[in-house]
Amino acid sequence: MTLKKNKVVGLEQVVVRFAGDSGDGMQLTGSLFSDSTAFAGNDFATFPDYPAEIRAPQGTVAGVSGFQIHFGRKTVYTSGDLADVLIAMNPASLKANMKWIKQGAIVILDIDTFTEKGFEKAGYKSDPTLDGSLDGYNLIKAPISNLTKEALISLNLDNKSVLKSKNMFSLGIIMYMFNREIDLVSKYFETKFKANPLVIEANKMVLAAGFNYADTLEVLGSTFKVEPAPLEKGKYRNITGNVATAWGLMAASERSGRELFLGSYPITPATEILQELAKHKDLSVRAFQAEDEIAGIVSAIGASFTGSLAVTTTSGPGLSLKSEAIGLAVMTELPLVIVDVQRGGPSTGLPTKSEQSDLLQALFGRNGDAPVIIIAAQSSVDCFYSAFEAAKLSLEHMTPAILLTDGSLANGSEVFKIPKVADLPKINPPLVKANDPDYKPYRRDPEKLNRFWAIPGTDGLRHRIGGLEKEDGSGNVSHDPMNHQRMTLLREEKVMRVANYLPDQIVYGDENADLLVVSWGGTYGVMRTVVEKMQRQGKSVSLAHFRYIMPLPKNTETILSKFKRIVVCEINNGQFVKYMRMNFPQYKYEQYNKIQGLPFMVAELEEKFNALLKN
Amino acid sequence: MENQIIEVQPIQLTKEDFSSDQMVKWCPGCGDHAILHSVENVFPNLGIRKEDFVVVSGIGCSSRFPYYMNTYGFHSIHGRAAALATGIKVANPKLSVWMITGDGDCTAIGGNHFIHTVRRNVDFNILLFNNKIYGLTKGQFSPTTPKGTKTKTSPQGSFERPFNPGELVIGAQGNFFARTLDTNPKHMTAIFIEAEKHRGTSVVEVLQNCVIFSNKAHELITSRELKDENQMMIEHGKPLIFGAKNDKGIRLNGTSLEIVKIGENGITESDILVHNMHETDPGVHVMLSRMMPPEFPVALGVIRAVDFQTYNDEMDETIAHEKETSKIKNVDDLLNSGGTWTIE
Repeated sequence: MTLKKNKVVGLEQVVVRFAGDSGDGMQLTGSLFSDSTAFAGNDFATFPDYPAEIRAPQGTVAGVSGFQIHFGRKTVYTSGDLADVLIAMNPASLKANMKWIKQGAIVILDIDTFTEKGFEKAGYKSDPTLDGSLDGYNLIKAPISNLTKEALISLNLDNKSVLKSKNMFSLGIIMYMFNREIDLVSKYFETKFKANPLVIEANKMVLAAGFNYADTLEVLGSTFKVEPAPLEKGKYRNITGNVATAWGLMAASERSGRELFLGSYPITPATEILQELAKHKDLSVRAFQAEDEIAGIVSAIGASFTGSLAVTTTSGPGLSLKSEAIGLAVMTELPLVIVDVQRGGPSTGLPTKSEQSDLLQALFGRNGDAPVIIIAAQSSVDCFYSAFEAAKLSLEHMTPAILLTDGSLANGSEVFKIPKVADLPKINPPLVKANDPDYKPYRRDPEKLNRFWAIPGTDGLRHRIGGLEKEDGSGNVSHDPMNHQRMTLLREEKVMRVANYLPDQIVYGDENADLLVVSWGGTYGVMRTVVEKMQRQGKSVSLAHFRYIMPLPKNTETILSKFKRIVVCEINNGQFVKYMRMNFPQYKYEQYNKIQGLPFMVAELEEKFNALLKN
Repeated sequence: MENQIIEVQPIQLTKEDFSSDQMVKWCPGCGDHAILHSVENVFPNLGIRKEDFVVVSGIGCSSRFPYYMNTYGFHSIHGRAAALATGIKVANPKLSVWMITGDGDCTAIGGNHFIHTVRRNVDFNILLFNNKIYGLTKGQFSPTTPKGTKTKTSPQGSFERPFNPGELVIGAQGNFFARTLDTNPKHMTAIFIEAEKHRGTSVVEVLQNCVIFSNKAHELITSRELKDENQMMIEHGKPLIFGAKNDKGIRLNGTSLEIVKIGENGITESDILVHNMHETDPGVHVMLSRMMPPEFPVALGVIRAVDFQTYNDEMDETIAHEKETSKIKNVDDLLNSGGTWTIE
């Protein structure tokens, strides 16, 4: 298909947001556009914005489903703040998304849905396209519903089927705007709807109709092009954080030679990890959907005792339920990976919204002195590597590890350069050989201080473990006062010595800058974006973004000592900053906290940092 | 599928192979000692390598059990032994897994795990020591304490209706339930062997005496004077007969059970209900489980043993099938599956 418009404007990066009723197929539209973005060679990140209800009333704000994609010719760290282009399939989706678009953004509406009935359902008192509320935006009133009907008139389809394909009309418009080839999407229809040639035909026709319609638009004076990003050579795919977590765990299973066992209970937003792992019995994954969170983790501890790479997955409230059992894994010194996909808390809180809610719970939420390894994934793709690393550290150091991800990373997707499993580090759990004459259940490795893993079924290694305090060495039950003190210190020292096996903390920017920005986990993308932007403007700002929480990298204190001003930014009421004040009380910390169930925006951070630099 | 007969392999083990070096710290006279001896007698005779036994428990007096057995063992946390045993068995189905639990651990704090384990039919043995009291916390009522019993937390008498473990197991679609007595080692031993032979979750309720906090809780069943009238030893294929003179029997009258006397009112042995532990319909099994003195004798023996697919077998079979049929053979295949693109 050729383009009539000859003016093509080159852009560095663009954010497009698709919004419609939850039945309008916006997620599919978004993911097809993502595929085309991948084909165009851009770097990109996406984020779905689902309603909390499964099927909220049609046409209402509560029922709006959105999908945002941020793509560019340079590294894209986040799914974007505010959109440059919004497609709204009904008045409710316009209303729900007005606050997420830039001033002057292109707003494409299915004007056929902008009726009195539509306004009423959306809660509009007047027509927003006429009352001035869209002044200053580049408004395109497209009769999408009617043109879809017209495009399909020859196929004699029923009205419902016709309206189902109107999302492809909007996709056609966007494909035209960004100079994309529609053949790729047509090919997708051919595979996806193989059994139904009529559906293939209908979707192709509507897509082409949308594409051609955009070509006739006077208001669209030009089209846009984002040149390919300089991505490294290699094979790529798109991946969400939850799938990346599941795959990282499977990779760890392969590199350790330990079968993967998952004991888990469904909970938003962690459920997809359980679903993904349940699929992969072909890779010997034993995924057990337990009766509750407690059975999930305890079954995993049982599997760990028998020599599996054992995992449990959950979100905040589920982590609370697992606390006692994490203590059991600490006491029995067994490997166990606990994945916590954080969401807004406390209690049920904001299940579908992301928050860095569980840092303090992960660090301290158990009876007794019960330290565990804690890693916080920093991007959707990093969920793969941090899940792998959590498994490696847990297996090699014989202690539970908590992996903190969050709702944004879990549901968001990014471009993932596919690694080779053989290039990932080998994992060497400290297994005991049959009939080892020196074996004692709590004998320790002198370097790492881990005990050794004696698997039931192995000759000559029968032993008992449990939640009661153990005598150092023999592992017999012991109530001896000095032994308890010694064992408590050993358990702590074992976890602290993990730092000997961690890379140094990285500082992005000058080590003598005026301001050190500190952040951790899922905010990496936006923090890098802001700090790089300010550095390009010549501002004296550096970033230390932490992935390793417990233990902290060994050079942490050295880094902090070099900066006069430190600001700790978190999507919570200040948890990491408390941890820093506890560990390094000699430094002064300022805070920036956002607790709205929303990610940081570039602009708000920039404003905060500029203000700090001025004072 | 018939019950699998355990082949006696040339593994020569003795009771001593399973006795641990740890001092047994139960109270003198506690029924747990007799149960421990019976288990030590059973393990060498199952044809299973001593390294393949795993004994797990939760919290409570009975849950100290794993420390006293020289096997692989795991003393876990309160109520969670069933979940732990499930993980062990599903991760390594070759192991012979034994869960030791008490009435509080199993039917109160662990009730949820217990019923779901039974429902799933994970293949391990649950020995439920029922002394109708919390012993380790020193004498509070449990879910099996009879209504009206005075304990430290029910000083005016408990208000609660108790669970009957057999009814609970069968209600949760359990396939194996047996009952035995800590005062009858020979019977216990035979029942534990039956439990191991059965594939699936095998629940054995051991009526066990706590000499300190609920001494004589089972007095109606165990006392010398009453036991003949109040115990009914049941066996598959045999009529349900009891009494000092073996002259009483259980008959089905309409939809309930009744006691009849052989030789009276023209009743002969052929009128007596014959026990069929393999009957899939749970009706009679529930009624047998519910029989309690003083109205009825208590049924001792295997009440229900029905074959059914186990959770762990289905997991193994599904994994084997998927491994054979899937195109994905390793994580590299997975990473490269579906939509990918190449940057040259």
